[in-house]
Amino acid sequence: MNRAAAILAGAALAGCSRNPSILLDTAGPHANEIQWLFWLFFWVCAAVWLCVIGLLGFATWRGLRRWRDTPAPATAPAEERRLVAWVSTGVGLTFAILTLFVGASYAVDRKLISLDSGPTMEIQITGHQWWWEIQYLGETPSAQFTTANELHVPSGSTVKLKLRSSDVIHSFWIPNVAGKRDIIPGRENEATIRVDRDGVWHGRCAEFCGYQHAFMGLTLIAETPDKFEKWKASQRLPAAAPQSDEEKRGQEIFETGPCGACHVIRGTSADGHSNYAPELTHLKSRSSIGAGAAPNVKGYLGAWILDPHGIKPGVHMPPNLQNADDFQALLAYLETLK
Amino acid sequence: MSPPDIEVVDDQHVPRDVDVPLERLRDHLDNTWRLPPGLFGWLCSIDHKSIGRRYIVTAFIHLLLAGALAMALRVQLAFPEQQILGPDQYNQFFTMHGTVMMFLFAVPMVEGVMIYLVPLMIGSRIIAFPRLNAFSYYVYLVGGLMVWASFFLNSAPDAGWFSYPPLAGPEYGAGKRSDVFAQMITFTEVAALAVAVEIIVTVLKLRAPGMSLNRMPIFVWSSLVTSFIIVFSMPSVVLGSTFLLLDRLVGTHFYNPAEGGDVLLWQHLFWYFAHPEVYIIFLPSIGLASHVVETFSRRPMFGYPAVVLALISNGLLSFGLWVHHMFATGLPRLGNSFFAASSMTIAIPSGLVLFCWLATIASGRLRFKLPMLWIVSFFILFVMGGLSGVMLASVPLDLQLTDTYVLPSHIHFVLIGGAVAPLVAATFFWFPKMTGRLLNVPLGLVQWMLFTIGGLSAFGSMFLLGLSGMTRRVYSYPHTMQWDTLNLIASVGAWLLGLSFVLFTINILWTLSRPTKAPENPWQASGLEWSLPSPPPIYNFVLAPFVSSRTPLWDNPGPLPVVGGLRFDRREVLVTTVVEAEPDMRDPVPEPTVWPFIAAMVTSVILIASMYAPQPVAWGAIPFAIVMVAWLYPRRMVSPPAASVGPQAHQA
Repeated sequence: MNRAAAILAGAALAGCSRNPSILLDTAGPHANEIQWLFWLFFWVCAAVWLCVIGLLGFATWRGLRRWRDTPAPATAPAEERRLVAWVSTGVGLTFAILTLFVGASYAVDRKLISLDSGPTMEIQITGHQWWWEIQYLGETPSAQFTTANELHVPSGSTVKLKLRSSDVIHSFWIPNVAGKRDIIPGRENEATIRVDRDGVWHGRCAEFCGYQHAFMGLTLIAETPDKFEKWKASQRLPAAAPQSDEEKRGQEIFETGPCGACHVIRGTSADGHSNYAPELTHLKSRSSIGAGAAPNVKGYLGAWILDPHGIKPGVHMPPNLQNADDFQALLAYLETLK
Repeated sequence: MSPPDIEVVDDQHVPRDVDVPLERLRDHLDNTWRLPPGLFGWLCSIDHKSIGRRYIVTAFIHLLLAGALAMALRVQLAFPEQQILGPDQYNQFFTMHGTVMMFLFAVPMVEGVMIYLVPLMIGSRIIAFPRLNAFSYYVYLVGGLMVWASFFLNSAPDAGWFSYPPLAGPEYGAGKRSDVFAQMITFTEVAALAVAVEIIVTVLKLRAPGMSLNRMPIFVWSSLVTSFIIVFSMPSVVLGSTFLLLDRLVGTHFYNPAEGGDVLLWQHLFWYFAHPEVYIIFLPSIGLASHVVETFSRRPMFGYPAVVLALISNGLLSFGLWVHHMFATGLPRLGNSFFAASSMTIAIPSGLVLFCWLATIASGRLRFKLPMLWIVSFFILFVMGGLSGVMLASVPLDLQLTDTYVLPSHIHFVLIGGAVAPLVAATFFWFPKMTGRLLNVPLGLVQWMLFTIGGLSAFGSMFLLGLSGMTRRVYSYPHTMQWDTLNLIASVGAWLLGLSFVLFTINILWTLSRPTKAPENPWQASGLEWSLPSPPPIYNFVLAPFVSSRTPLWDNPGPLPVVGGLRFDRREVLVTTVVEAEPDMRDPVPEPTVWPFIAAMVTSVILIASMYAPQPVAWGAIPFAIVMVAWLYPRRMVSPPAASVGPQAHQA
């Protein structure tokens, strides 16, 4: 019934189609718990609002009935007692409702804490202005790898996210999965998620973090453990060597030009430890560029390289004006980074 | 034996107001309380009505300007992927909107109303420390001018109205933008603290004889509680913004985690102030609304003691909630639950006030005049805001809802419904008292409809946008998020709301051009201020009224009993005792002087200069000390013994 109401409200107000990130459409147990709590609050509050407005109408009608009367110096004791009874009932009901709310919130909070126990993997997420650095921590250094803006998790597993900030305060939020957790410089925050429904879920930074707070998106891909392991194995690999001459020239331009100063492509000489910009080793395995600012297709990628500010004004990447041949070669090379 | 520094004077043979006929007494008082002529006299004025009016007008202009910014924000967000405002402009616009509305409109507006109304309501001639009052206004004025100057120089604050470091700190907050924000706080707080102290002393010591604490009008009670909230909360944000300025200017590391500082320190200091701030705005507003309800229900407020206790407990509880702004920061979970419970508790006293209003209306002899319509808006909008506030107080729900559009929806429902609607009601209600003119009713009706429909659709659709996952403070959003329809509804609602304020301004300006003809008491209200001519003379009351009930004008069909004994050839007020308001002493009132204005200018120069270099704080002490000496230079004054006063009927 609640789901039906959510769909109904969404359909009525959002142009008859489901909103891709409506937080009432849950993908995991954390969001599930909060969802039923929300509906409890929502319906009780809606009833309270209607009651109060109804009472206002009733009181106005009662008061207006006597509008011709001259003001009486005092109300009759019997009426005064009735009013005291009404007001006391109101306050008593308020108290009862709030007690219910506090109790329910506390119960859900305990449940959320218990959901956090026993994580099977850890991922470190670093918030940058305005993108996400994602490091899969492993037993050995060779098992570790870094990617950006696209978080893959195996569905059904409890995953602990270690949240770090490299600059200002951000907030990690994937509406369909769990509540927010702020990412605070100087502090080590954690969030635990479990996604039970396979699919692509969209999250974003929730704490205002500067110019491009609006486009600091994060994509969460929940997939079966098999697919996740395959994805992980492919991500661990260094970038494939370029084949054609143009692509080779592109790699050279990347390594010697300004790109390699900030970006890392494993398996090339641009393989430092920079975390200043997103890792590009498997750039083309991701669905968007600029943390959700544009789709990851050749046209947008080219536009981004030439003038990132045209797509995402204020972003820390400078415009790169190169001659047309170099630009085409670079673009061809980047297209190979599957 | 008297101490040598008290000059004993013969006070028995001085001219007293009881010795002259009433008509001549009015002329004498006009003469004694007259201001110097011209602009100079205007700058010298320390009359609470004129300073209060200036506060109200200035705050209203801030409201219109910040409202215009909101209109621009809603233009930008009306459709997806618009480029009308870039991210830099958008960030400045929304930061200015929030900052100006909270610090330069809402708080000064309620201060202005308190300054204007409290002395009239308690039957006093002055506000306590009237020169400090004038000083506070000029400080506030310059603070506001500075902020708008920075806006027009493309250097406005852009880190949000709560300016979290490190985004507002030295490393990520470019230029002077966050310095303007931090110093704006200093300006506002200096003014607000001064007003708070004046109101506390005015309420406790300058009440008309007989107005014991249990006979004070509800607005006076709410002003008293509000002033105490200001006194206890504002030092926290002054400390916070000073740390921020020091971090930015002289390289301290209060908020720099790399050097042992803590960015959460700012959040604690800020919210310890900013949560009570909502009650600084809200409590005076429900005080004003209580008078509207009482007057048009034509019966004394039902449950007066309960309402007063609710105001006080609101004030106390407001200090125990600030952590609910920080649930997502990862503070200990059990502590969060405590703050969740305390946040919900505050719904009980707030609810109690509303229930008492309903009981008053239901048992009254209701006349449904225009100001009552705004009480209806209060119920429609504020109760929505209050209930969404209960949702946000729940820790698990807050983790989902915070920083989404649910939050702007909540705060606008609360402040537009809970504070602005009562303030508009109060404007319609007290405008005839302030100006001698009644506002136009048909225009007011249209304004009310636009306001209520606009508010409901704008903030209602913001709530649904929040549920759809739209985060706040985004300058644009992609079409693929499917937030288009709701955003368009929100924008149209906001424009209707904006239009209602355009109509309001037109109504006010048009009415001001009409002749004054409002009667003393157009609404048959019960308070002392309605016994005065509209507008009141500069000395307010010819003779101090003697109060023997909570609704004096209703309980005394004839002229009010009065108390005499003050001199009329000098400015004097009657000081009364704190609890029972028994006559205590006659007190001389300072003369109008230009020094508060000069002191405020010197203060402002020092504060603005200290945004650029630390030294002005040191050298600025010299001119400031000189001004203070001139301001406080001892003048020969008599210290009169207790007045020989007592109630006596005087034909008014």
